[in-house]
Amino acid sequence: MVDLRTDFIGIKSPNPFWLASAPPTDKEYNVVRAFQAGWGGVVWKTLGEDPAVVNVNGPRYGAIHGKDRQLIGFNNIELITDRPLEVNLQEIKKVKRDWPDRAMVVSLMVPCEEQNWIDVLKKVEDTEADGIELNFGCPHGMSERGMGSAVGQVPEYIEMVTRWCKKHTRMPVIVKLTPNITDIRKPAQAAKNGGADAVSLINTINSIVGVDLDAMAPTPTVDGKGAHGGYCGPAVKPIALNMVAEITRDPATHGLPVSGIGGVTTWRDAAEFMALGAGNVQVCTAAMTYGFKVVQEMIEGLKDWMEGAGYTSTDQFIGKAVPNCSDWQHLNLNYIAKAKINQDLCISCGRCHIACEDTSHQAITNMVDGVRKFEVIDAECVGCNLCVSVCPVEDCITMEPMAAGEIDPRTGKRVDPTYANWTTHPNNPMAVTEAAE
Amino acid sequence: MTETNTMPDIKAGRLDESEYEKHFSDLHPLLDQHEATVEADRCYFCYDAPCVQACPTSIDIPQFIRQISTGNPTGSAKTIFDQNILGGMCARVCPTETLCEQVCVREVAEGKPVKIGQLQRYATDHYMSGNDTTPYTRKAATGKKIAVIGAGPAGLACAHALAVEGHDIDIFEAREKAGGLNEYGIATYKTVDDYAAKEVDFILSIGGITLKTGEKLGETIHLADLRTAYDAVFLGMGLAGVNGLGLENEAKDGVLDAVDYIADLRQVKNYADLPVGRRVVVIGGGMTAVDIAVQTKRLGAEDVTIAYRRGQERMNASEYEQQLAQTNGVKIMTWAQPKALVAENGHISAIDLERTKDDNGSLVGTGEVVRLSADMVFKAVGQTLVPADLNGSGPNIQIEKGRIVVDADRKTSLEDVWAGGDCILGGEDLTVAAVEDGKIAAASIHRALSA
Repeated sequence: MVDLRTDFIGIKSPNPFWLASAPPTDKEYNVVRAFQAGWGGVVWKTLGEDPAVVNVNGPRYGAIHGKDRQLIGFNNIELITDRPLEVNLQEIKKVKRDWPDRAMVVSLMVPCEEQNWIDVLKKVEDTEADGIELNFGCPHGMSERGMGSAVGQVPEYIEMVTRWCKKHTRMPVIVKLTPNITDIRKPAQAAKNGGADAVSLINTINSIVGVDLDAMAPTPTVDGKGAHGGYCGPAVKPIALNMVAEITRDPATHGLPVSGIGGVTTWRDAAEFMALGAGNVQVCTAAMTYGFKVVQEMIEGLKDWMEGAGYTSTDQFIGKAVPNCSDWQHLNLNYIAKAKINQDLCISCGRCHIACEDTSHQAITNMVDGVRKFEVIDAECVGCNLCVSVCPVEDCITMEPMAAGEIDPRTGKRVDPTYANWTTHPNNPMAVTEAAE
Repeated sequence: MTETNTMPDIKAGRLDESEYEKHFSDLHPLLDQHEATVEADRCYFCYDAPCVQACPTSIDIPQFIRQISTGNPTGSAKTIFDQNILGGMCARVCPTETLCEQVCVREVAEGKPVKIGQLQRYATDHYMSGNDTTPYTRKAATGKKIAVIGAGPAGLACAHALAVEGHDIDIFEAREKAGGLNEYGIATYKTVDDYAAKEVDFILSIGGITLKTGEKLGETIHLADLRTAYDAVFLGMGLAGVNGLGLENEAKDGVLDAVDYIADLRQVKNYADLPVGRRVVVIGGGMTAVDIAVQTKRLGAEDVTIAYRRGQERMNASEYEQQLAQTNGVKIMTWAQPKALVAENGHISAIDLERTKDDNGSLVGTGEVVRLSADMVFKAVGQTLVPADLNGSGPNIQIEKGRIVVDADRKTSLEDVWAGGDCILGGEDLTVAAVEDGKIAAASIHRALSA
């Protein structure tokens, strides 16, 4: 029997799907609807100090669409909550009281003075919320005022504010990280050093989602001007996965709980984040695109996959892919794969040929014995996977590893069964005798 | 009382006004922008794409579809017009199911080709709705003059290409209007809203082309004179003659040439004015047979049968066309050849069809005769060249199997005469093939005149 219940830094929820701090969690009405739909928890939209911020009254969102208007990437210039602090606090308290089994985390952003944090922490504690998330990620608007990603980009500030929070509240502290930084491990280490119970990532990525070529202005355009926003949605998932993995496999932060955020749209996305070490996931764009009901597919899909894979609880696969996240220099250079085209599945579109011919290694035919036919020339194939990537038919082209002892027709050399990587390669001026694992 | 047909049941206005509108509206309405974008996205942008190979005019299909998908339908139309200035009509009338779409890799893979024809129409309609002229500019005048006989697809394509090169062209057209079979043939529901005439205007907008209607070769104009007066002549007059059945009573009322009736149908202002029989028999197996059968049915004929002397797989009408006939309630009777026309009081009343069979590759009658009552019998058994039109004057032009012989450049046996479209040997009876003939001939004429 699959059990989706999770305990994330002591915060219990019936499933690992939380709504991220964002418009869907701005008020009681939305959050109650989310809980009714089945969401395991929410991170309430970021609270600030009164007087509340104001938002633009023109467009706040922009999007990248597929040809059938599938939303691929999403961008926003909305700020933290624009409602009075007291209203939010009252609603948080009420919702938590009514839905005790759901996770209720409150996102916070106040100026970088210890007293400001002391004041807001006290108020949040009174709501009986389960924890707090420090918004060090918001890349627009708030950062211009020295908050949000302006803090998240300076590890020393992260550590300092985290330490204040840990000192002044009993509530668990999650630090939300900005991806708008060169090395994500540094802010994560700073959060850990400051005593954070967990980090959550990624917040949105600085972005201009498009340019209106008539108005000659970035979109969304507010009275002729545009400002950069924060990018999210399915398009950012690969960036988020990498940043999660960077933290979970870094010896300095390994074991630090992570809440995974960034383009989670399906159960599979969630499973991937969790395999890379995320204890749960936070979702926003998928809910804003399809409504709260999407969580039901995520719950059922994750359950079905776990059942098929033989997992009964999420702990059994959380972090399971982390040991396989490596650095390039440690990849086995003796592993040799060749592309193979399944002629029964091939529809002869020729994309593999032209991609390889024009941009890679001239390793795929377009004509065999005068007939249109696409075959891999093993003597030229370097196993790069480009053909697999561009083939419109799933599983038509596969990468087949060569067996040890076979002769690679490209190099004329026998496939070596042993492991060897760049650290010992003769072309590496820094080569060592023994391969570093 | 025996069943006789003293009064043939032929009358106009069999349907309500609204029904005509429905029956003769666009078979495939124009895709809207979103539909076109989504459909365009299905194209895989194949390398050395099979669809391009299959297109007689070699339109760069992956390129024009990609231009639609990237929001550039104007550029897309230019890609189409670069190869086929009648791309708009071809988008409507091409049997894409046996050309580009038949070899689309998605047809091969899923049985659902990219809708190339409809995308082509999307692009060309977009262009023509926003532009009155073709996207080309004439080169400097050469002073050369070319006579084009016939303002059908071949002649128009040839004239346009020559006009672009700076030559001056006179087109001589026997009928009142230009367009050829685009205007006078082809089922109405494939080319609504007077599209053929609009396309002619579009093509002529290039300038340098003078259209002279009511000029019939062998009557008002003669090849020998044209050869003298012009630097080159292009023959694209199609096939003016119609094959007969060779049966008694063929001249009786109610026995009609399908092409004539289709021409009337295309020109009539009000479909309710066109008389149609209650029981209709069509002899033939090509596109014209389907066009006349479907349209008489849509005009309100109760019972329409296509009689074809061989099996359905041998019909020249594509499978799609055959299905169109059948879903319109037309009966296709195969292995049946006309044996006798039965007439009463000067009017056709029935047709006797003899059952046929394949006897070691040759078609033989079995002797079994089926009589079908008919108020109208349509002949759709092909058209012929009228050679007298050509050879009324001047040296003879080489003709074989009743068609003009041309070389790969569409040049005839006469030094300064080219030909294309249905009138040439090997002509494919396709608008798009005629366009290609005109295009190739124009290139050859231009080379010859520039030499």
